Amino acid sequence: MKILVAVKRAIDYNVKARPKSDGTGVDLANVKMSMNPFDEIAVEEALRLQEAGKVTEVVAISIGPTACQETLRTAMAMGADRGILVQTDDEVQPLAVAKLLQALVAKEAPGLVILGKQAIDDDSNQTGQMLAGLLGWPQGTFAAKIDVGEGTVEVKREVDGGLQTVALKLPAIVTADLRLNEPRYVKLPNIMKAKKKQLDVVSPADLGVDITPRLKLVKVAEPPARAGGVKVADVQELVAKLRNEAKVI
Amino acid sequence: MGALVIAEHNNTVLNIATLNAVAAASKLGTVDILVAGHQCQAVAAAAAQVTGVTKVLHADAPHYAHGLAENLAPLVVSLATNYQHLLAAATTNGKNVMPRIAALLDVAQLSDIIGVVSDDTFVRPIYAGNVVATVQSLDRIKAITVRTTGFDPVAATGGAGTIETVAAGPDLGLSQFKGEELTKSTRPELAAANRIVSGGRGIGSAENFAIIEKLADVLGAAVGASRAAVDAGYVPNDYQVGQTGKVVAPELYIAIGISGAIQHLAGMKDSKVIVAINKDEEAPIFQVADYGLVGDLFKEVPALIDALSK
Ligand SMILES: Cc1cc2nc3c(=O)[nH]c(=O)nc-3n(C[C@H](O)[C@H](O)[C@H](O)COP(=O)(O)OP(=O)(O)OC[C@H]3O[C@@H](n4cnc5c(N)ncnc54)[C@H](O)[C@@H]3O)c2cc1C
Ligand SMILES: Nc1ncnc2c1ncn2[C@@H]1O[C@H](COP(=O)(O)O)[C@@H](O)[C@H]1O
Repeated sequence: MKILVAVKRAIDYNVKARPKSDGTGVDLANVKMSMNPFDEIAVEEALRLQEAGKVTEVVAISIGPTACQETLRTAMAMGADRGILVQTDDEVQPLAVAKLLQALVAKEAPGLVILGKQAIDDDSNQTGQMLAGLLGWPQGTFAAKIDVGEGTVEVKREVDGGLQTVALKLPAIVTADLRLNEPRYVKLPNIMKAKKKQLDVVSPADLGVDITPRLKLVKVAEPPARAGGVKVADVQELVAKLRNEAKVI
Repeated sequence: MGALVIAEHNNTVLNIATLNAVAAASKLGTVDILVAGHQCQAVAAAAAQVTGVTKVLHADAPHYAHGLAENLAPLVVSLATNYQHLLAAATTNGKNVMPRIAALLDVAQLSDIIGVVSDDTFVRPIYAGNVVATVQSLDRIKAITVRTTGFDPVAATGGAGTIETVAAGPDLGLSQFKGEELTKSTRPELAAANRIVSGGRGIGSAENFAIIEKLADVLGAAVGASRAAVDAGYVPNDYQVGQTGKVVAPELYIAIGISGAIQHLAGMKDSKVIVAINKDEEAPIFQVADYGLVGDLFKEVPALIDALSK
């Protein structure tokens, strides 16, 4: 069985994003970019399945500008066998990402596609579910544990009340949550090796997908700032403030 | 052309997050509610009472019992042509099913809206809430998930909706519910609590978390946690507050032994009053705290419990 993993190049999780001063978008000039953290977890899970002998090939896919090649090289340095870049400088929204992935699924015929549950830039949490819908495949979102069997995958999901387990027919879509695994660190020799791995570049047009955005960004702004608070000297002062000033207890 | 809200429920009780979604939908036009489940008549009846609801669409079948997206999405799609807006609360269920519905309809989805500007333009946080985007949908049907903290819930009663039975679709047999491990607690639910006490890595162990629980009990509060506390196994995953956990906005949020990473702040910075207890006076949590107490939590929290118990 082959696994496809979707890896997005996103703002590094340590960076605090700010709107551009004219409100037309987010200021990403000179901002550190990394692989979306949930996608690292997705790659790690695919590699563990491969190491367990359940998977023959792991293919990483990224959609976006040329710089996404770095993200693919990172996935390959972690251990992915090859990469595919769907190259475009245009904005690609989750529905379009899902359609591009659908087209690649048709070509590659994987048994499982693993995505992150959420990209930490747009915070959409949509793409995996959309891809599953387009393909008519089952979906195991927010996965904390997956168990691949014969023709099925059991997914333990992080839900609001705790954990839920579902059994899905393969082929299926899984989206990775934080507790699925702890991604490995990339070792230097593997970075060198990754440079020699196959990386194909295609365009949305090659895949016959219209990526025209369906959502128009009208403007962006900073959220309202909180008024500055105070430090209290001790518990007595805290309780007094909560009772008499904030009136919340 | 009104709005259809997908009810969140456990076949017995209507989840109050649905009331926040109805509040958002009410800004858009007439509101119908879909109650799809198994033997969920009580929920349909409750939904008909919700203020502002015109009609309850009730679909009952064993394969809707757990809200699995594979069967639920086609049902919603079959009803969708009558509506301009489809909404669900941005709970794990809503987030699971709504994008699938949107894809089947070939429309975009708007995640986690916190404001309605007009019938096609909405406000939603991005980048862990550090940026607020105003977004216009160009599609005919708008598929939306609603951040519950963005809209005050409508009243659960006072409405007089009609109940209409809709035929169930087939069981596609793609997925199967196997079981669940729900966190048991007698405390208020995190998402709906007026007061929350959260603990972070500073708590140090699952055993030590008892002091967080004790403070929560004194205050009648829910218990939350940072990702680090969940990852370390101090508490179950559904306690996580943050960008990728639950978003809360109680009257009072007390963060203890939590540093205040942007991912955590994203989930609690709209709380009315924030208290932070941390031994590091430089901890970023103090930047959003109304009241900051610098000190060792193992000394301060017991003292706080004492002071509040008096
Ligand atoms: C993709 C992604 C998603 C994430 N999503 C979330 C999320 O949804 N929610 C979330 O919370 N985090 C999330 N995180 C993690 C986040 O980046 C931080 O790592 C996490 O919030 C840190 O948790 P913490 O504050 O408990 O731990 P730390 O940062 O280690 O802070 C512990 C604090 O405890 C204090 N302390 C220690 N001992 C004591 C004592 N005895 N008395 C008083 N104070 C003490 C320390 O001074 C310190 O400030 C996410 C990260 C990533 C990469
Ligand atoms: N441009 C992209 N390239 C590759 N994968 C993506 C892209 N956008 C989204 N994804 C995948 O979809 C997941 C969810 O993204 P989102 O729906 O945008 O929150 C991510 O974690 C990735 O696995």
